Amino acid sequence: MSDNAISVQHLVKRFGETTVLDDISLEIPRGQVSCLIGPSGSGKSTLLRCMAFLEEATDGSIFIEGAPLGFVYDGAGKRQRQSATELRKVRSQIGMVFQQFNLWPHMTALGNVSAALRRVRKLSRAEAEEKAMVQLRKVGLENRAGHYPSQLSGGQQQRVAIARSLALEPKIMLFDEPTSALDPELTGEVLNVMRGLASEGMTMVVVTHEIGFAATVGNQISFLDQGKLLFTDAPSKVFAKPRHPRLEQFLDTYLDRGASTLV
Amino acid sequence: MSWKLFNLLLEASLMTIFVSSVSILIGLFLAILLSAANLSGIRPLQWFAKFFISFFRGTPLLVQLLLLYNLLPVIGVQIPSLVTAIIGLSICTAAYQAENLRGGFEGVPTGLVESADMAGFTPVQTFFHIRVPIALRLTLPALINEAILILKASSLVSVVGLIELTRMAQNLVASTFMPLEIYASAGLIYLVINLVVATAGRQLERRLPGVGGK
Repeated sequence: MSDNAISVQHLVKRFGETTVLDDISLEIPRGQVSCLIGPSGSGKSTLLRCMAFLEEATDGSIFIEGAPLGFVYDGAGKRQRQSATELRKVRSQIGMVFQQFNLWPHMTALGNVSAALRRVRKLSRAEAEEKAMVQLRKVGLENRAGHYPSQLSGGQQQRVAIARSLALEPKIMLFDEPTSALDPELTGEVLNVMRGLASEGMTMVVVTHEIGFAATVGNQISFLDQGKLLFTDAPSKVFAKPRHPRLEQFLDTYLDRGASTLV
Repeated sequence: MSWKLFNLLLEASLMTIFVSSVSILIGLFLAILLSAANLSGIRPLQWFAKFFISFFRGTPLLVQLLLLYNLLPVIGVQIPSLVTAIIGLSICTAAYQAENLRGGFEGVPTGLVESADMAGFTPVQTFFHIRVPIALRLTLPALINEAILILKASSLVSVVGLIELTRMAQNLVASTFMPLEIYASAGLIYLVINLVVATAGRQLERRLPGVGGK
């Protein structure tokens, strides 16, 4: 098997006439943090969602740990949908963290984290809850286990969502703008949990507007603009001057807001 | 009006409560199945659900009950009037509850289903563990309203020969000639039952964690 956890090959995504992803090829190395950055509407979230098959690409392929995701080619080379069982199997290697947390509102934090362990992994309630508590402890929320999502802050909800994904022991974690819905003072706690994960060697793909996080934690940065992948490189190269003109322009908008100390 | 008469009305109201609550629960179960049919993406099931809902919402309950009452013996089914009443009420309320639930199911945020997909839930597991509980919470006020409507509509089941609150009131009026007192008492009993249901419903709404609640 190759060293890449995810391999994206000539991915195209169109919504009607609009091309959202234009022939994207990208390798996500195992055990590293890959960040996708770019302006709004550049397609970075769509690309990430394709990596979980939450969006169906119009053309191209994605491989997760060597296995095709979503579509397979039959003997005649015709592209067709993978079976639901097969899709669930490939997806079981991926954890996804959403911008809007997407915790199930009718379950407690513990319920959210243990639900799939019980229903999908068929563990007993006691075993599932024990494993869930380990994950809640890891994100620092063991004392909030009995709280419902509506009783938690945004940052706490996102940490529960991370714990929920981790409980299923994925090989890859996808983060779709995990701090964009949070008040600035709450982003830190979520980023800290993510830093911890990165230091444990988790393969992570992070769509983010936190350029500082991308620069300090990321091993690889991909810059998307208008559906095209302009470049992928190590942060030291990406942010070194002279920079790609489009990236320079993008970073300027951060400077304008006085948000970055990087530049 | 004597306490004895009032007690007879109270006893009959137990039948009203029994028939209504059993029908509401069976109706809710059927409504969830109809919603599943609607969401299944399987055309014939969707057609069946649509037809079922349009038919039972589009015809009067009284006509449905009379039809059922006269149809069953023709097709050789002999069942007690209590069962006939429950079948009639359940089917009718199922159609209304399914229509109420439709809004609830549409209100379940896509993201919650996506996170269930990512957690490895099958569509059936997602339906029962995620969609149904959330849809029920979103539609709780409408479902309580439907429960109250059915409690009142249960007065119609007297046409299939079941003695519940309204029928008992009619019988008592026939033998005592005190229509005002008796019908006023019956109305009062309905009102009290429904106030209890409405209050319980509001308490439930307030206490249920999740959507709409805290």
